[in-house]
Amino acid sequence: MASTQVNPTRMELTKQKKKLVTAVRGHKLLKDKRDELMRQFLDLARENMALRLKVEEGIRSANVNFVIAKAGMSEETLNTALMAPKQEVYLETDKKNVMSVNIPTFSYKTRTADANDIYSYGFAFTSSDLDGAVKSLADILPDMLKLAECEKACQLMSAEIEKTRRRVNALEHVIIPRAQENIKYITMKLDENERSTQIRLMKVKDMVLEDAHKYSERPVREM
Amino acid sequence: MYKIAVIGEYDSIYGFAALGLDTFPVSDPEEAKTKLQELAEGSYAVIYITEALAALLKKEIEKYREMLLPAIIQIPGVSGNTGAGVAGVKKSVEQAVGSDILFGQEN
Repeated sequence: MASTQVNPTRMELTKQKKKLVTAVRGHKLLKDKRDELMRQFLDLARENMALRLKVEEGIRSANVNFVIAKAGMSEETLNTALMAPKQEVYLETDKKNVMSVNIPTFSYKTRTADANDIYSYGFAFTSSDLDGAVKSLADILPDMLKLAECEKACQLMSAEIEKTRRRVNALEHVIIPRAQENIKYITMKLDENERSTQIRLMKVKDMVLEDAHKYSERPVREM
Repeated sequence: MYKIAVIGEYDSIYGFAALGLDTFPVSDPEEAKTKLQELAEGSYAVIYITEALAALLKKEIEKYREMLLPAIIQIPGVSGNTGAGVAGVKKSVEQAVGSDILFGQEN
């Protein structure tokens, strides 16, 4: 038992009481943090799922377009067409603090402002299906970036929620009950000591009085 | 200044090159493992990986899961959607809540 490990002293009692107060306060704060994190996380997870379904559908249809494009032209022409891309995408990252969880935010910049720079080839030797395929992929790129941001945030927040939940549970089910038990044990032990001191004093007083007045040798007076 | 990488089988990712993302076609898992590590430590903030390849590199991807950067995101390849991406979202919910309360009833 945990209670046997503490010294039943007043100093220890004060320490345990302080610990209990801190634990209760911490428990309340962490519980609030967990609830708020959970609320934000659930919204984020819903958004994440919606984005993911959208992106997956977009990539699927883009892939279909690419397969069609590939069927309409030779492998070499296709490889040459996509060999030297004109456009480049850069990312600026920043971080956002959500309930003490750092989550990244991305904003992207393209090297050239012209939207038509995604076509890195002359139109003479490629099929028009390729244009459509590249366009369909370019259209879902913003969503893909949003998905990256959202999914990363979800992963980071779920890890933080798990950690916070463990802390809340540890405080609620281990630290706080243990401190309460210790306090109860020390109080009872101190009370018990107090009582035994009292009894001892009463006994001593009786003995001293007995010595002085010799009550037991006097005759019992009739009332 | 960060960049975006796409890693996977050549047929699934060659289109992304046109958009200006850096594509890294790989074929065997060993090569993919070293490539992924190299990219994650390099200047790539977002790494898209095809689901088929991600299935072989679970351990490596798990390592970067709780880091701020890079974000490793699974995308379906040309061979079809394996559902691994959706499963990843569900996993997050499960980790946070304890059980999948949001999307559990859909399947």
